[in-house]
Parts: sequence; C-alpha cells; structure tokens
Amino acid sequence: MYTYDEHDQRLVDERAAQFRDQTRRYFEGKLTEEQFLPLRLQNGLYIQRHAPMLRIAVPYGHLAARQLRMVAHIARVYDKGYVHFTTRQNIQLNWPKVEDVPVILEDLASVQMHAIQTSGNCIRNTTSDPLAGVCADEVEDPRPYCEIIRQWSTLHPEFAFLPRKFKIAVTGAPSDRAAVRVHDIGLRLVRNAAGEVGFEVIVGGGLGRTPIIGKVIREFLPKRDLLTYLEAILRVYNLHGRRDNKFKARIKILVKEMGVEAFREAVEKEWQAIQGTFPLEDDIIAWYQARFVRPQYDPRAAEKDWEDERGRQAEFSAWYAHNTVSHKVPGYRVVFLSLKPPGVAPGDLTSEQLERVADLCERYSFGVTRTTHTQNLVFADVRQTDLFELWQALKEINLATPNIGKLTDMICCPGLDYCALANASSISVAGDIYRRFEDLDYLYDLGDIRVNLSGCMNGCGHHSVGHIGILGVDKKGEEWYQITLGGSSADDASLGERLGPAVAKDQVADTVEAIIKTYVDLRLEDEPFLATVRRVGVTPFKERVYANH
Amino acid sequence: MRIIKDRQIIEDAWVHLSDEVAPPNGKVTVPFSRWLVERESLLQREGEIGVRLDCQAPEELDVLAPDLPRIQLVMLELPRFADGRAFSIARLLRQRYGFTGEIRAGGDFLYDQMFYLARVGVNAFEYRGPEPLEDALKAFETFSVKYQPAADGTGLIQQRRLSA
Repeated sequence: MYTYDEHDQRLVDERAAQFRDQTRRYFEGKLTEEQFLPLRLQNGLYIQRHAPMLRIAVPYGHLAARQLRMVAHIARVYDKGYVHFTTRQNIQLNWPKVEDVPVILEDLASVQMHAIQTSGNCIRNTTSDPLAGVCADEVEDPRPYCEIIRQWSTLHPEFAFLPRKFKIAVTGAPSDRAAVRVHDIGLRLVRNAAGEVGFEVIVGGGLGRTPIIGKVIREFLPKRDLLTYLEAILRVYNLHGRRDNKFKARIKILVKEMGVEAFREAVEKEWQAIQGTFPLEDDIIAWYQARFVRPQYDPRAAEKDWEDERGRQAEFSAWYAHNTVSHKVPGYRVVFLSLKPPGVAPGDLTSEQLERVADLCERYSFGVTRTTHTQNLVFADVRQTDLFELWQALKEINLATPNIGKLTDMICCPGLDYCALANASSISVAGDIYRRFEDLDYLYDLGDIRVNLSGCMNGCGHHSVGHIGILGVDKKGEEWYQITLGGSSADDASLGERLGPAVAKDQVADTVEAIIKTYVDLRLEDEPFLATVRRVGVTPFKERVYANH
Repeated sequence: MRIIKDRQIIEDAWVHLSDEVAPPNGKVTVPFSRWLVERESLLQREGEIGVRLDCQAPEELDVLAPDLPRIQLVMLELPRFADGRAFSIARLLRQRYGFTGEIRAGGDFLYDQMFYLARVGVNAFEYRGPEPLEDALKAFETFSVKYQPAADGTGLIQQRRLSA
C-alpha cells in the first residue's frame, strides 16, 4: 500500500493541530454551532442521535496491521469497543466525545490515518475495487491514481465548499466492483484502439432520494489529463450546481437539468482553458507507483486446490467456494472475511476482532487488509497452502461465515439505532431476514443475491441498486418498508423497480421469502436472481407478494 | 478600518459606495450593477476604482473581464461562508483573466477559510470574526503542505517529479 513521505505526514499532523484549535474555539464560544458545523464535518465529525459519530477515512479501502491496531485502541479507549465499516470503505465510531476527537485525530495521524473530508460538502474519500492489483482482468492497477486523486482533493482550496458532497470511484478492471456508475465521478481505466491506457469518465451517477446511473462524458481521457479534467468538472459544478435546494444540489441534478450534452460541452470548454497547466506526466505517475509497497510474492509459492480436505470438511469447502477467489499470482488466493455472521449488525467489528485481523493479515497477507463497499474485509494475498490454517483462525473470531455474495451478505446502514436521519431500524430488519435464511445449503442454491437495506431516503445502504432493495419509510410514526427489485451497481448498473405498496416491518422477511420462492419457481436452469427478474419483470413477484394482502 | 493585505495588517483607505452615494475622488468600490451603468463616469473621477461582486452569479465575471485592466480592486462578497463559488471566481480572476490588482474577500467568511482564499488568489481580507486580526494572520500558516496547484503555485503533486 501507499506509504507517506514526510510531506504527507506533516499534513495530517497539521490537520490534527488545526482541529484541536477549532475545537477549542468552539468550546470558547468563538465559533458558533453553525460555523463549527462544516469544519467538524470536514473532519468526519457528526452529531448523531445518541452521540457524536466520527468517520475515519480508509483511502480506497487499504488498512495496514498497525492501523487496525490503532483503530482497535481508539474504539476501546474513546468508544464502546467496536467500529462499523461503511459502504464508502470507511470506518465509523458511533460513540466518541467531541472533546476527545482532537486526540483521536492525533492518534490516527501517528499511523498515517485521518478523517479529512469523510463528510461535508467537499470531495470525499476516493473508493476503488477491493481486488485492485490482484485480479487477473485488470487493465492497470487503479490505486496509484486513487492516491493521486486523494492528494489532489485533500484540502483543495477551490473545492472545499461545494454545493454538496462529492464522491469519486476508480476501477482498473472491466468487471466493475467499485460501483463507478453510481458515483459523482466514476473513472474506469480502459485501453483505446491505439493500445494506450486512459480513463473513461462517467459523471452524475448517485443514489439517495434521486438515484441516477451516471453518463459517460468522455470515452477516453489520456492519463496526463486526469487532474485538469477533474478540475474542469469540479469547477463547472462549483459555479453552476444548485445551492438553493439541498436535495437538488448534487452534480447528478446539474447534469440532468443541463442535459448531458450541454454539461459535457461546459466541461470541455473549461478544460480547453486549463488542459496543459498541470499534466500528470509519466514520471509523476511513476513516483506514486513506486511509493506503493508491493507484496514480495514468493515465486515458489505452490498451487493447492485443497480437494482432499474439502472432501472431508464440508464447512471448509463451503468457505473455500464462497469466500475466496482466484489471484493473478500463481500460488496465491484472495480471501473475503465476512462481517455478516448471524446476530451481528452488518459491518460491525469489535476491538478484539480488529486486533486479531491485524495479527492474521501480518501472518497471512503481507500485513494489509482491505475494506469493501459491501461492508466486508479482504485479505488480498494469501498463499494457497495457508488457506486451511487461516480458515480455522478466522472461524475462531467469527469472520469465516461462508456467505459472501449470498442473500445474508446484506449491505445495511446503521439506521434508527444510530443515525439521526433514519426513519427505520434497518439493522433489526436485516436480522429478521437473516434468521429466515440461515440454511446455508438453501442460500447456495439461490446463488448470488445482493440485498441492500437503507433506513432512509439518503440511501447509505444503497437500496436502489440492490437486487432486492429495502427502504425504510416513516408513515405516521410507524416504520414501513418499500421493496424494489432488479437493481445493480455492477457493470450492468440499473435501478431497482418498485414492487408495490410499502409493507409493514413485521412483513419484510415474509416478503423477501415470497420473492425468493417466486424466483425459485420461475428461474431457468442456473439462471441468477437478477437475470430472472430482468427476464420476467416485477409483475409475477408482485402478484405473489401481494396475493394475500 | 483595519484589514489584512498581503499578509500584513494595514489601515484601509478604500470606501465602499452603495448605489446612491455620489462618488468622491479617491479609492472607492461600487457594486457590479452600478459599474455596468456608470462605468464611464466612474472612470472620469480622480482616484482608483474597485468593483464588488456578490459571487452569486458567476457569469458576471465574464462580463467584467474586458474592464479588468481599468480597475484596481475586485471585491468578492461571500454571501454565506459555506457558499464556495467565490473560491472558483477568485481563481479564475487571477489565473484565467490574469488580474494583477487587489482581490479582496468581504462578507461572510471564516478565519479557517483564509488559507484557502489566499491559495486561490485573494490577497486582502476584511475579516470581521471574533479573532483579532493579529491572530487571523496565523491562518495563513495553518498548513505547510499544498498538494495541488492553485493560484499560488504548482503544488506537491507536480513537485514530486523532481524527486522521482
């Protein structure tokens, strides 16, 4: 992963000092609540339902062992001993005290971490493919570009007070695991006809109350133009994005209201004026590539298919089949750690687990773990010969539930239990669904199904791109849930279609079960859930679900 | 009135005129709307002239652009500290239009934003926050690291090629 040099370190130290000063001025009454608000948000600090919430940045999802240990320490000393992993690959603390945040930021800075721009109306944490650098289908490793964008956007003097939050995702592979089409800017590394590598630029995607799939505004952008092109987009947005209505302030609304062609023209015109002003030359890119410490793969690492052991151990076999994927280096394999065991809020991890994960990634995966936008963790570089041992160790800490990509691997926001915005208790509904589908053999028969739950319209649980999307809404003080079918954030990105009227909280699990039974009846041989929904439409599902209403 | 200009506290000689007041000689600023109407007569006076933009209509900058060689000061009146349009406008003024006169921030901005405003080309500040101006001067020193280019230079991302 990227290692800081003295400049990077100085910046996070100075940022911590700045926030210490801001917090002091706030408590001394020199900053009003309203003035302190954007300053604390740009350091990830919210005031939530029960307590403040602090969101820690995990750039493109990479965490080193010592960082995991520091987060465990912070959670134990300043919080209640656990953390939550989010869909932006970040980490949230749910119960810190405002007065402790300056020292938390100092602790984070000591291990090359920060909370800069994890909230607020600025450019947020850059996200990426959790399999970056290890998947065989990659055009190029996207992470050096993620880091370049992270730095370019960090404390950007022109774009710190945008109309609304701004999210960028980058992927290097044709198979989209970074949901680039539902970001304000999505970047895909692609090869053009001449064989050069550059970026496809997608703009104006997003979830929340107005979900939109982003549009391609440039098929091929040479690498050297990356930062000037981003600047052009951001400037058009900063100057022309709506500021009169918070709900219409995202870039997706600007693109929609201008029309994508007019928006593209405005960006191109702006870009023409600045195109050559700070080119991202190959030697700059090389500098960043060189600062990524790459694993020293053992060229003698042996291939091992574990066939005999899998024959003897059904549980291990299931884990191997569902929680591990192939690696581009011979003798290695990628391992997913499921943060979705039964009875746990999706994405939560205790301090003890974090410390064990730190130990295990040091032992088995070059000291680095990765977070995913589906709220799981990844050990990207595991020797195939270590898999059985690692599985046993993960089982001990409840991180080996073999359900990656399956129905119980749900994305779920913190909901009413923590979040000041929520209308509904998404975590308990996820629990209801989970209990209904605990039979793993049944889950495997169903294949890959993405269930996403959000406790409110803001869509932190990405409900609108769930194969099954579940959105909590408030009706006269009661919790109801709207169900959508057919959403996807992958290559074939699409928004889910409403199934029908919202259902009561105690009906959600029944409804999901009815949807699944309908799928089982209608599917063609080996047809995945999403394909069936797309083939038959929502009507057959609707008829089944509402038959008894 | 004391202001910060070029990182020093100075006694300011400029007078901000409303629409009605007859322009005296000396250093005066007028709103953009008045400039549009009275441009020629304002230029007849003895003294320097400045134009105030309320930063809520970015297209005003394009309209003002041909006049920039004839004015000495552009004041950006931030409508609300959270409205970031002034930051782009300042940078365009300095870099796109090559304005070399004074770019002054007025209106609603925070001590904490002065570092950013300075980076996008603002060189004078009518700061009215709770901190004394002597303290506000420290805002420019908050960060010693600048990753990205702005109106004040190239930024670390490009400098890094030298050490590559």
